[in-house]
This record gives sequence, structure tokens and C-alpha cells, in this order.
Amino acid sequence: MGRLSVNLCGIEMDNPVIPASGTFGYGYEFAEIYDINVLGTFSFKGTTKDARFGNPTPRIAECTAGMINAVGLQNPGVEKVINEELPKLSKCFNKKVMANVSGFAVDDYAYTCEKLDKEEQVGWLEVNVSCPNVHGGGMSFGTDPKAAAEVTAAVKAVTKKPVIIKLSPNVTDIVAIAKECEAAGADGISLINTLLGMRIDLKTKKPVIANKMGGFSGSAIFPVAVRMVYQVANAVNIPVVGMGGVSSAEDVIELMLAGATAVEVGAANLIDPCACLNIINDLPKAMDKYGIDNLSDIIGGAKA
Amino acid sequence: MRQSIFEIKSNTALTKTVYKMELKGDVSDITSSGQFVNIKLDGFYLRRPISVNDCENGILTIIYKVVGKGTEQMAKMQAGEKLDVLTGLGNGYDLSPSGDKPVLLGGGVGVPPLYMLCKKLIAEGKKVSVILGFNTKDEVFCEEDFKKLGAEVYVTTADGSYGIKGFVTDALKDIDYSYFYTCGPEPMLKAVFKSTNTSGQFSFEERMGCGFGACMGCSCKTVTGYKRICKDGPVLKKEEILWED
Repeated sequence: MGRLSVNLCGIEMDNPVIPASGTFGYGYEFAEIYDINVLGTFSFKGTTKDARFGNPTPRIAECTAGMINAVGLQNPGVEKVINEELPKLSKCFNKKVMANVSGFAVDDYAYTCEKLDKEEQVGWLEVNVSCPNVHGGGMSFGTDPKAAAEVTAAVKAVTKKPVIIKLSPNVTDIVAIAKECEAAGADGISLINTLLGMRIDLKTKKPVIANKMGGFSGSAIFPVAVRMVYQVANAVNIPVVGMGGVSSAEDVIELMLAGATAVEVGAANLIDPCACLNIINDLPKAMDKYGIDNLSDIIGGAKA
Repeated sequence: MRQSIFEIKSNTALTKTVYKMELKGDVSDITSSGQFVNIKLDGFYLRRPISVNDCENGILTIIYKVVGKGTEQMAKMQAGEKLDVLTGLGNGYDLSPSGDKPVLLGGGVGVPPLYMLCKKLIAEGKKVSVILGFNTKDEVFCEEDFKKLGAEVYVTTADGSYGIKGFVTDALKDIDYSYFYTCGPEPMLKAVFKSTNTSGQFSFEERMGCGFGACMGCSCKTVTGYKRICKDGPVLKKEEILWED
């Protein structure tokens, strides 16, 4: 048990740092540049029942202190993830991985999670409810407390692994949604997914991204993440995984003070491939600076 | 891939909007022509992907066009300043199928990556023809560089103000070639695709997030499945290309 260790839903982690889904592939690109076993864990690329190409390009736009992406959940589908990606990952990562799952119907989520439940390397299931519900008029599962709870219950019914529901910040009352997920059996809540954003190219006078809108991430959204993690951590009794614009050891400490048990790092990985490695290396010094002996002591330290 | 700090040795204008920058640093991951580097600039969130023009004696040369605020800032940088650069990105051109007399077709800012390719092909004893396409006379650059390598160089301009009037594909008609390599804007690549009667390789451009295969920001569909321009490309073989729309 080191100074950095935390326990997330019953699984011990050497440190709370988790590369966020969609910014770390299935791990092995980063394993080329550093030993990814230094990570607490990582959340792999959002996986769906069937393979998806995603949205047309351009999918990326730059912003001040951030970026917008509209990748559209490109992934090879759960069968290929299990048969091809996980075997490759097991060669360079000997810890439990967080499996990120998306779907467009409640049954999709259950199908994908049931398959991943049988994989030994999967420690947690992180369920992204920001996708449109095709049977619910296209509205995102994550914007409707009932739909989010329905997904939670369906996933809980097919797995014994801890289920963490990843919430969208594009809602009026994120606390109400978090509470419904908790009541439906969620073992943890992770937040925040990206904020809906848009850029327009002044030369072409058209949206930069082919999909017009996309998810805004990067350092610019960090204060929104701190606020929402604080609100949710105050309202639920299950662990919260904080994320949104984290790029330094200080940011990790701040989100943990707001109530996060572990912290995901997203867009920063795309700019600095060694971002998570650097954050982990910087944490002990930052803890010394602020008089923190053990990270697990400060979780929710700023709570009301 | 490697992340390291490079020092600017020179940064000079070749035309009104195109600049050549020489950088000193660890170039050990640059293994193939047609690869690119991804440059971090102060005040900008995303890196700028720029193709490798040349790499020799520990000096990385890039040629870039000022197209926005990031490259505008780069153009103002001076010798002695430092840049954080990711090197060794992308697959690069495969020289093995070139045959004895390959032709290289470059359009605008697609010309630079063909230089290191040309140098390697000539070192292998190939008879290389190069067609460089620009819009107007004052946009022409790199012509002399290719001539010095010993290539047969043709320049085309869309308005006829220099060299052959027309596009690179107009100059191609009179050239006998065994294989082709190309880089340029997409309409040019499509025209090259239709006009060529041999196999060849295309280098593509796309808006990128990371530049090293993590974010899936630059994916495209090919005959052999989905590919990331940054990691599985930027060079694709003619046989695997699927044009959208």
C-alpha cells in the first residue's frame, strides 16, 4: 500500500490515475513509449455491440485550451475487442482494465457487458450513457434519469463486476441522474463526459467538424468538472471517478478534494503521450507541497 | 515515436506563405520518407502535424505553409528557439515497388515530403521524374532542390505563368514511368488516381487530434478496412483507396 494507492469499488489501485476512454485506444500505442503498468488502470476505447466506423471527417476542432471531437464511437465491436484487442493488451498490461461500453438501446448495453463480464482482465465496466437512445426518440440515455437507471439495472443484471456509470454534463440536474443510477444499483459514477461544443471556420463559413457539433474537452473544462464532481460526491454514497480537463498532479489532487476516488485523464494524453506518466511521477512532490501523506485521506476533503 | 526538444537552426521564407525550418535534435525515430512530425506551439492546444522534408546529419527539415494562427506563429520563430516535437509518426513511403523509373507528383505544400523520397530513390540508382504543381509562378518552390538531386523536373502552374500550363496530370502524359508516388490536395490526388496506369502510393492529409493513433480523429475507409491516416497512413497504396462521395 503506497501513498498513492486508492480502492475503487473493491479493487486496489497503485494510484488513482486512469487514462480516459477514447484517448488511449486499447493501450498498446502508449505501451510503445512507456510501461503502462505504472497506471492505476485505464479505460479502453468505447466498445459497442457491433463494429462502428463513426462519423465522417473532419472529426477534430481546436479550441482555446481544449478541443472538440466527434469521432462517433469508432470501434471494432465487442467480439473483436475480446478476440483481438484484449489478447494484445494482456502482453503489455498486467493489471485489471476498465472496459468502457456504449450502446444505442438498453439491450445493446446488456449484450456487450455480458460478453465483457467473462473477461478476466476486465476489472470494472464503465458504462457511457451519453449515447442517443434509438428507441427513445434519439435523446441521450444520460439526459433522462429513468433511462440512465434502466441501463444501470440492465447491466447490473448481467455482471458481477463493479459497474460505473459515466455521466454526461449536458444536463440541467446531474445530481438527480447520479442518484437514480445509484438507486438502480450502480457501484460508482464517473463524470464528466465532454461538453457539447461547436466551432465555425471563418474561411469556409461552415462548421469545422463534419458532424457540426462534438464533445468539448481539455483544460478549459476543468472547473466544470470540479463543480460537478463536488455536487455528485455530496449526493451519493458510492465512489465517484472524476475527469474533465485534468492535466497535472495538482488537478488530480483538486478533483480528489472535490470527492473523486480516482481521476481520469483524457485530452491531455493526445497532446502529451506521456501525460499520465508525468502526472504519476509528479504526485508525491505535489502531495509533499500540500502536506498530504496519503491520497486516499483527501477524498472529498472539500465536501460540505 | 519519440517526444523530444528540438532547437531551431533556421527558419526562412521560400515564398510569401511557405517557410523552411531546420531543426536540430534526436532524429533517430525518423526512419522513412513520407513520415511526419507533430509540433507543440505555445498557446495552442493541439500539435501541428508537418511532413518531413529531409533528415540528415541530425538535422530535421520541414517545409510548411502558413494557413492559420499556429503556422503564423511558427513563421515568426527565430533560430535558437526550442520546439517540443513528436517524431517518427506515420508509415511513410515504401520504396520497394518503385521499379526503375518512378515518377513523383507533388502539389503545393504536398511537394516537401517527396524530396527525401526522391533522394532515397536516386541513391538506389533509380531514374526519377518529378512533377511539381502550383497555382502561379510566385508559389513555386523546391524546383532547384530536386534538380540538384539529379531528378528530371517538370513544373506546372494552373495559370500558365511558369513551366507547363495546367495540372501535374497534364505533364504526366509525356512521361514513361514504372510506378508513382504522390502527395497534394485531395482533388489532385483523385486526378492522379484516374490518370495513372500503374500502381502507386498516395500520401493523405487530415485534421488530426493526436497524430499517433490514439484518438481515431483521422480515420478513413479503405478496401482493407478502417485506417487511421496518422498511424496506418499517411501513405496508402492505390489498390486500397476508397474515395468517398
